[in-house]
Amino acid sequence: MAYSFPEEVLEHVFSFLSSDRDRNAVSLVCKSWYDIERWCRRRIFVGNCYAVSPEIVIRRFPELRAVEMKGKPHFADFNLVPEGWGAYAYPWIAAMAEAYPFLEEIKLKRMVVTDESLELISKSYKNFKVLVLTSCEGFTTDGLASIAANCRHLRELDLRESEVEDLSGHWLSHFPDSCTSLVSLNMSCLGSEVSFSALERLVARSPNLRTLRLNRAVPLERLANLIRRAPQLVELGTGAYSAEIRSDTFSNLADAFSACKQLKTLSGFWDVVPSYLPAMYSVCSGITSLNLSYAAIPSSDLVKLINQCQNLQRLWVLDYIEDSGLDALAASCKGLQELRVFPSDPFGAEPNVPLTEQGLVSVSEGCPKLESVLYFCRQMSNAALIAIAKNRPNFIRFRLCIIDPQAPDYLTLEPLDTGFGAIVENCKELRRLSMTGLLTDRVFKYIGSHAKKLEMLSVAFAGDSDLGLHHVLSGCDSLRKLEIRDCPFGDKALLANAAKLETMRSLWMSSCFVSFGACKLLAQKMPRLNVEVIDERGPPESRPEGCSVERVYVYRTVDSRQRLDRPDFVWTLDEDSSLRYS
Amino acid sequence: MASASDCISQSGPGLKERNYFGLSDCSSVDSSAVSSAHLESKNNMNMKATELRLGLPGSQSPERDSDFSLLNSVKLDEKPLFPLVPSKDRICTLSQKTIATGNKRGFDDTVVGFSESKTTNFSEGNWMFNATGSDPGQAKLAGTVISIRPSGTQLAIKSEVPAKTLQESTNKIIGTNTANAPAAKAQVVGWPPIRSFRKNSLVTTSKNIDEVDGKPGPGALFVKVSMDGAPYLRKVDLRMYSAYKELSSALEKMFSCFTIGQCGPQGAPTRKMLSESKLRDLLHGSEYVLTYEDKDGDWMLVGDVPWEMFIASCKRLKIMKGSDAIGLAPRSVDKCKNQN
Repeated sequence: MAYSFPEEVLEHVFSFLSSDRDRNAVSLVCKSWYDIERWCRRRIFVGNCYAVSPEIVIRRFPELRAVEMKGKPHFADFNLVPEGWGAYAYPWIAAMAEAYPFLEEIKLKRMVVTDESLELISKSYKNFKVLVLTSCEGFTTDGLASIAANCRHLRELDLRESEVEDLSGHWLSHFPDSCTSLVSLNMSCLGSEVSFSALERLVARSPNLRTLRLNRAVPLERLANLIRRAPQLVELGTGAYSAEIRSDTFSNLADAFSACKQLKTLSGFWDVVPSYLPAMYSVCSGITSLNLSYAAIPSSDLVKLINQCQNLQRLWVLDYIEDSGLDALAASCKGLQELRVFPSDPFGAEPNVPLTEQGLVSVSEGCPKLESVLYFCRQMSNAALIAIAKNRPNFIRFRLCIIDPQAPDYLTLEPLDTGFGAIVENCKELRRLSMTGLLTDRVFKYIGSHAKKLEMLSVAFAGDSDLGLHHVLSGCDSLRKLEIRDCPFGDKALLANAAKLETMRSLWMSSCFVSFGACKLLAQKMPRLNVEVIDERGPPESRPEGCSVERVYVYRTVDSRQRLDRPDFVWTLDEDSSLRYS
Repeated sequence: MASASDCISQSGPGLKERNYFGLSDCSSVDSSAVSSAHLESKNNMNMKATELRLGLPGSQSPERDSDFSLLNSVKLDEKPLFPLVPSKDRICTLSQKTIATGNKRGFDDTVVGFSESKTTNFSEGNWMFNATGSDPGQAKLAGTVISIRPSGTQLAIKSEVPAKTLQESTNKIIGTNTANAPAAKAQVVGWPPIRSFRKNSLVTTSKNIDEVDGKPGPGALFVKVSMDGAPYLRKVDLRMYSAYKELSSALEKMFSCFTIGQCGPQGAPTRKMLSESKLRDLLHGSEYVLTYEDKDGDWMLVGDVPWEMFIASCKRLKIMKGSDAIGLAPRSVDKCKNQN
């Protein structure tokens, strides 16, 4: 069109589009929009690092400033993915170091990051600002030292729940005195003690610091001094929250807290001595997010604390809260949106605390805005689930984990099909669901019929036959991620729904009944899927055809080559449709 | 073994297992034609196959073989679309394969050592006997759940497993079970679904609420295992084992493909078995030794201290060449003495 807008105008318009979906839609309009958009895209999100290659990304988007990426499948969190499987960050970091000298942000989740990668990051990007490593591993505190030392304009260093080989706390002292740009520091996953004076000085010279999450090794006695230097904090993670009971320590702490008028989020709380909790009361009315999931605090003290936090929106807590504590939560915190209850004794044979399905029922009744739940308990009933579903049709995320994974309805001994059926039927906006308990194919039928907005489903020890899997794959229109373990699902449902798999990010099946033959067939028929058989018993062809594979991981990809970093327990089909080993 | 031929029928008094292959009437009966045909064919075909047998793994081989040859004959590229009326053959063979466990894949079927259930055949906790049974075949049903492991079928395939291994491992199981109180269920990999860092911090957290006498709590205990020359390391949960022998055989399986050549294209089963047994020989012949780093950062030979003490102090494991490990043994003995 001769009279289209000049590029600059279109670019300006596009700059208001932040969502990837919108930008992707824009790029499909016509070739010139595609070109303009790709030159002005600054942020990308890659949900599966193997879905695309660095070269493809760099070719399409030459001017990125921020990259966010995920690696291993979710079940890697529970050790279902053997070590060495992949998700190495280095090839990406190396390729981007050349292509994006102005890169500012790297956010990685479940990837293997080495010290080499970190050093490369610290030296390649002059304007590097944000490094977030969630559930990553493979690096040591030496790598952190490089980042601290070389990233002059560092704003965020967030090591959420990563597994870091902790050589010493010395890395923190590598932040130069000239570094005053820190906005967020999360070192909660580290073990070693850092130099407290270095930490205090760092905090003191960072006027923009909003988030400070300390590690367990920072004692309570030090906390007051740190907070005092940063009264502008919005998010605070304490270290160990215990000390000898002394009134001066207490008043010191209480004073420091009272100066923090902007505090919204609290976390940390290892080794809590409950007598020190009231030191925080002055900030509680402003607190919207509270993570007490490491805190062994008796229910009564928890309740006292929660009653102070009337504006709480998110609570993570251990089951020490008990049903009674959840009743109190339901009464006090009418704005609650997210609740996570973790088990204090997950491997014990018997319940150790009086926390049952009743707690969840209470909260669902009392908290009208509750939309996201992760709940570990030891018993559940269909009646409770039906009540919960009727109380809270606005659930977006519902993850229930009954410690005994095939537990039936404890009142009727029936499967929990109708209970979960009620959840998916009533909660029309449900995007994420994890189920446990005794479940037959029927629950999958309900899910396939009703869960039209469901994007992620996690299933364990459930179902009777391929029908179950078939219901889900054929019925859930919005499904992106499906992860299954120990279910009697096999070849038929998988092959019958092969085309569906290309509309999803990934499918994980472990300890199911999928044969190697089916995997080969699937890979042959669907060239845009990578079908990885992850099996540590040696070549799958050495076993009879009907034998099930240990794990299969299927994901769509635009990178047509098989990944070269496969370890020898990952078997895939190469391009000639013959089996390639390692 | 005497009881190889004991058959305990599905409807036995102690076995209240829920059967999901349509053999009981409480399973999902849909109105759709697919399911009812499904159910019927299963009902007709599988009564015999659902009988639980308490033989040793491998004692059922002939039947299982025929199951798999049936499956072989079903070509997967014939009509992969989900048929409206499933052919009886296919449903049958699918069910039979799973009926090998006498049940749908039960939770207990998956109770294993560190790796996924279908690999390690002999791990504690799979056989939930009363501790008094000296013969696995005599284990009572009442009050316990018997799982016939998928390994039953697996061993049939891998007929080259030497009888010696079977015997050794069975003894190991029996020995183990008498040693352990059956109180806590042995753990399934990745269950409950709690992240490692949370599990590990729970151990120390719970100490605050109720006193644990200095021993590691009931949580999992993952440590990294590396091997000289191997390109990547693994993780094991030390709490899956109760003795050194179990740990070392698990490690043998994990690392065998690193020793003699590769599990390469020529990797026929016999070759893989060779590497495992060769590694075992190597380990016993001390070409490789198993060492660990303890809380103080010292490297010690595995096996010198009582098992409980070992898991309380082990931070990580390493399979070293024997020549590199010279000098470790005497030190560990000294340490032991010093600690006492």
